[in-house]
Amino acid sequence: MSNYFVKDYLDEKRIEQAPTREGFGKALVAIGEQDERVVGLTGDLSESTRMDGFQKSFPERFFEVGVAEQNMMGIAAGLALSGKIPFITSYATFSPGRNWDQLRVSVCYSDANVKVIGCHSGLSVGPDGATHQALEDIAITRVLPNLIVVAPADSNEAYQATIALAKYEGPAYMRLTREKSPVFTSSSQPFVVGKAIHALAGDDVTIITAGPISYEVLQALEGLSDRDITCDVIFCPTIKPLDQDTILKSVRRTKAVVTVEEHQIDGGLGSAVCELLAEHHPVPVERVGMPNSFGQSGQPNELWATYGLTRKSITDAVKRAIKRKSS
Amino acid sequence: MTTKQLEMRANEIRKAIIKMLVSAGSGHSAGPLGMADVFTALFFAVMEHRPRNPKWEGRDRFILSCGHIAPVYYASLAYAGYFPIRELSSLRKFGTRLHGHPHNLETPGVETSSGPLGQGLSQAIGMALAARLNKERHRVYCVLSDGEQQEGQIWEAVMFAGNYKLNNLTAIMDRNNIQIDGPTESVMALEPIKEKYEAFGWHVIEVDGHNMRQIIDACDQAKAIVEKPTLILAHTIPGKGVDFMEYDYHWHGKPPKPEEAAIALKELRTLGGKIRSEHE
Repeated sequence: MSNYFVKDYLDEKRIEQAPTREGFGKALVAIGEQDERVVGLTGDLSESTRMDGFQKSFPERFFEVGVAEQNMMGIAAGLALSGKIPFITSYATFSPGRNWDQLRVSVCYSDANVKVIGCHSGLSVGPDGATHQALEDIAITRVLPNLIVVAPADSNEAYQATIALAKYEGPAYMRLTREKSPVFTSSSQPFVVGKAIHALAGDDVTIITAGPISYEVLQALEGLSDRDITCDVIFCPTIKPLDQDTILKSVRRTKAVVTVEEHQIDGGLGSAVCELLAEHHPVPVERVGMPNSFGQSGQPNELWATYGLTRKSITDAVKRAIKRKSS
Repeated sequence: MTTKQLEMRANEIRKAIIKMLVSAGSGHSAGPLGMADVFTALFFAVMEHRPRNPKWEGRDRFILSCGHIAPVYYASLAYAGYFPIRELSSLRKFGTRLHGHPHNLETPGVETSSGPLGQGLSQAIGMALAARLNKERHRVYCVLSDGEQQEGQIWEAVMFAGNYKLNNLTAIMDRNNIQIDGPTESVMALEPIKEKYEAFGWHVIEVDGHNMRQIIDACDQAKAIVEKPTLILAHTIPGKGVDFMEYDYHWHGKPPKPEEAAIALKELRTLGGKIRSEHE
């Protein structure tokens, strides 16, 4: 359990910081070396989606598509149906936002082995404002048959997930972020598609989270004023397929759940957990996420505070969930 | 196959289309009938493919972008030997491999899934890029409708193929001038199509889409174009071969009733006799 984290991962001042897109970019070069079938496409966003490393290393296997996300998705489908393993990058609001129909028909329905990489998800995009803050991408992807959905917690996990997705046969969506965030997971842990991680053990409530906000969960728990409360923490980097066994095993014991994600409160990880629990083991659930709202320009911490994505929101949700258990 | 044999085969395919549609009770009539000659030329004269081995690596790739003309696609595949001709009567019925719109995971010989318009050319481009990367010699053929030129994605793809000089890609447009709501030029004018594609870096060849020799010659000519992708602008008559369907946009999206099918089949039989005698 503990070897999931790097040493002294709670030391905020010293922990390494890197954006999840960086882990992706490095991994893509690494698998590009190993597997000639890997090709890269981008829609005029090579550097900011960290496709540039692959572009420099393998210029003949890189395709600049221009600002044309629908075409990019279709080209990737054609490449995949010809035996290639295409990774396509853009901002998540455009891909899979703009090109959802192409993702549905050209990729998922055909079971084409395309890896869709959506960068700049979440409020942390900050100053660009609401148009560029992808907060609906999990909702629109996890509903698609044949597609798996992955949201790494840090740059290391993004690295491992990229390697795993290249080896996984089938369509996949991975959401990434622009801002630097703590690299708190250990590189000794391989990423297994569909497997959640039982990161911390506790008895009173199960916290289920994904993405860089997972680190905020750890810090929030450190700051819990009531030291008698202990939380089971599950990191769920594969949102679809959901690791039902790991979640249910924990929830049967704790009998209460808090979900935490940087996504609209409807349709994301929290909703996926609610669907599972409603069918198999109904318990009180508190969801922390974007409260059915568009964002705005601002610094990430200003936005998180405004929309309730803070450590205090997490601990408040923990207390509410525990209270609902006894009522 | 001789030109006469190809024309006879196209006539057989038209008859199969009528039978499929009347049995299904839904589906599109005008487009499939209008494209029977182009499909016959592609599947029985132009393309290298092995129906007994649908995944043969050296095959030319065929992408149908306007999936709603599936009946002519399925009939061509069946007559080529990908699956039994009798299976055509299962079109659109529960448990069939011949869905309302093509699906690559179900039907032998079908490379992609299509139906929502505008998606096929991009996929054809992906296959053309893969062939180029692998230094493979096969070509990619993509059939487009004229109405689907109104989709933005088409122009993203047209721009890309011109920019990347994809000379192993041949697109064939079914220029039949109709779409569901009426004539294309009154719904949303497309002309000048030839000049638009040329401006995007394509080589364009106009053909009579019912002239077997012209279609085949244009496909051959496209192989010799080394710097550009080629568009074959095939002028077709919607509903071709069935007098009461020809040129009438109302037949775009509906099947014939049994009594209408009987008339249509009689006409096509007469047409078949004419083709036979003309060449004698």
